[in-house]
Amino acid sequence: MNGLILLIPVALGLGLLGLAAFFWSLRQGQFEDLDGAALRIFVEDDQDQPS
Amino acid sequence: MTAAAASALVERDFAVPDIRCAGCIAKLEQGLVRDKRIAAARVNFTEKRVHVSCASDAEMPDLLGAFATLGFEAHPIGTGADEASAEAETTRELLRAVAVSGFAMMNIMLLSVSVWSGATGATRDLFHWLSAMIALPTVAYAGRPFFRSAWRALRHRRTNMDVPISIGVLLVSVMSLYETATHGAHAYFDGAVMLLFFLLCGRWLDSVMRDRARGGVTALLRNMGTGAMVYRHERSTHWVDATALEPGMVMLVAAGERLAADGVVAGGSSSIDLSLLTGESAPQTVRLGDAVHAGTLNLDAPIRVRVTAAGADTAIADIARLMGEAAQGKSRYVRIADRAARLYAPAVHTLALLAFAGWMIAGAGWHQSLLIAAAVLIITCPCALGLAVPAAQIVAAGSLMRGGVLIKDGSALERLSEVDLALVDKTGTLTLGRPEAHGLDRLDIGIKSLILALAQASRHPLSEALTRGLQVYDVRPADIRSIRETPGFGVEGHWSDRTVTLGRPIGTELGDALVTQLAVDGRPVATIRFADQLRPDAAEAIEALRGEGIGAMILSGDRAEAVAPVARELGIMAQTAMSPHDKLEAIARQAALGHKVLMIGDGLNDGPALAAGHASMAPGSASDVGKNAADCIFLGDRLMPVVETIRMARRTQAIVRQNFMLAIFYNVIAVPLAFLGLVTPLVAAIAMSGSSLLVVGNALRLKAAIR
Repeated sequence: MNGLILLIPVALGLGLLGLAAFFWSLRQGQFEDLDGAALRIFVEDDQDQPS
Repeated sequence: MTAAAASALVERDFAVPDIRCAGCIAKLEQGLVRDKRIAAARVNFTEKRVHVSCASDAEMPDLLGAFATLGFEAHPIGTGADEASAEAETTRELLRAVAVSGFAMMNIMLLSVSVWSGATGATRDLFHWLSAMIALPTVAYAGRPFFRSAWRALRHRRTNMDVPISIGVLLVSVMSLYETATHGAHAYFDGAVMLLFFLLCGRWLDSVMRDRARGGVTALLRNMGTGAMVYRHERSTHWVDATALEPGMVMLVAAGERLAADGVVAGGSSSIDLSLLTGESAPQTVRLGDAVHAGTLNLDAPIRVRVTAAGADTAIADIARLMGEAAQGKSRYVRIADRAARLYAPAVHTLALLAFAGWMIAGAGWHQSLLIAAAVLIITCPCALGLAVPAAQIVAAGSLMRGGVLIKDGSALERLSEVDLALVDKTGTLTLGRPEAHGLDRLDIGIKSLILALAQASRHPLSEALTRGLQVYDVRPADIRSIRETPGFGVEGHWSDRTVTLGRPIGTELGDALVTQLAVDGRPVATIRFADQLRPDAAEAIEALRGEGIGAMILSGDRAEAVAPVARELGIMAQTAMSPHDKLEAIARQAALGHKVLMIGDGLNDGPALAAGHASMAPGSASDVGKNAADCIFLGDRLMPVVETIRMARRTQAIVRQNFMLAIFYNVIAVPLAFLGLVTPLVAAIAMSGSSLLVVGNALRLKAAIR
């Protein structure tokens, strides 16, 4: 029983963390352009962003 | 950048169909911002669009020029994208709901399994309370799509599939909460959340399918010229957007430019590519006083055009209107899932009510009767039913996509499976829609290399056909210097002291543009003829269609002389010289005879007919309007995918029917058990997920169905 008191919140917390991460990435538009995302890893981006 | 920062920024969207690879993304995003007027650019590869933030005083030609210097052709997109983004938002909302219910389902299951395996007393109560804490917010959040739809139906005194779902989920949640509070042995939180999860999966798959079809209006705008250079005085011109063009203005239309408005030629002569409007592949010669139409392409020489109709009055806008009206008729099609729901909802309500009444009469007390009624509601879980259609359709669409066929909408597969008559456009559909050079193999190698050198220098459709045709022969272009192109006449250059020309044959009518001639020092050396060839497997495909019990007929906007050889070769009937309106009427006539018409076409002129057909297909080379109006698009030069798609659609329908049978079979077994009060949460959970998995597994059989 004592183990459960620790483990259940941990399990729920980790699950919620994953859910939050999913929501965050959805809101950031990371699911908007899935094909593009696959290609962007080939884009060389070593120059600094112009500010 | 400083100039852009100084003035206000405006956002503009461009369609750039040529984005193909990572290199294009990098080139566009990094290249565009080098332009002072452009502050930021972002490529959306999936939709082949570029979103640009630019200075408000940047004019459209400048922006298009910025794209052109990077080697891309861009088309501005109007603001008609609101509707599409609303649909994308629905999909996102469903995806969020799927994620939440999935998370909740997994955690509640974890707790439920402990209860089932024998937790008792305080532990069981604790687990039930934890389940309730996860389930109730989840039901409130993830159930909204169903509650909203059910409430809408109830307010209009109707019922739909969402009504029993909503009642079932809410009733079960409340009952389970009561059970938990009174230290009961059974709680159905897992059932309620699992029901939501499976149903949301079905909804989401469905929504993803529908998302692919969007933006018909914006595509049409893309085909219009976006604006024109208009004469201010005799000598100076300025850029006017298509929306601001008015009758009476005189535009200067350069070679290779699309017309932005209807008008009459007021100066110069040229040939015009009308294929977009009429399907006619040979360019048409226009001279002073001839009428020209918006959306068509000026091929040869600059002309002046006096505008007679602009914006909503143009012929192209008229076609758009016809298309819209035709598509409305199709939207009345009742999908198979909706038809099932109509029968399903009342049946489930009646059953649950009967169960409640029966147990009350038997003297079981309202608590137990309600519990059993809730069990009936949840075990007749429509999740197998809700997944039956979208699961099969998304698997079929996926395997068709690998075979080069894109399906836009789930109902397209249902409608495709019912067709029994194919009406086929000729140019670009039965034929490849691009001129192919004949007799290149008879030319000797020296001549080939001369032609290649000259043809490469030009972007005229015939030159491109020559370049394409000669690539097969492994020839090197000859060393020709100072090549220049005279619009309407051809390409000329110097080759070791001689003048070589490739272009219009000397002494031939301008209208007969499908011939080109190579001349050295003005003396003809070789004449090449072009023809629009049949797709390689056209005859085979027509035969296969007949084998499927589908007759075929040609509907062409082309002249009878151009269509007759094709019709003879394929052995089918043809109707010729048809306007978009005529095609529409032909379809209506066949529909009135009881035929379910499959329209196959590519041009803008086929747009209304594609929208009106019971189902429709367009080749990948079709105009944007054609592609948008069609239910599905097949890529590549072969015509067989049409037949394969129809076979696939029929197989999908068979699977859908099997899935319905499975769902019904499951209910026939499960409902009596629930009715008799024998269903525990464990049994409900197993039965429910089992039936859903069975349906999904059956749908997966479609995966291997196409090579």
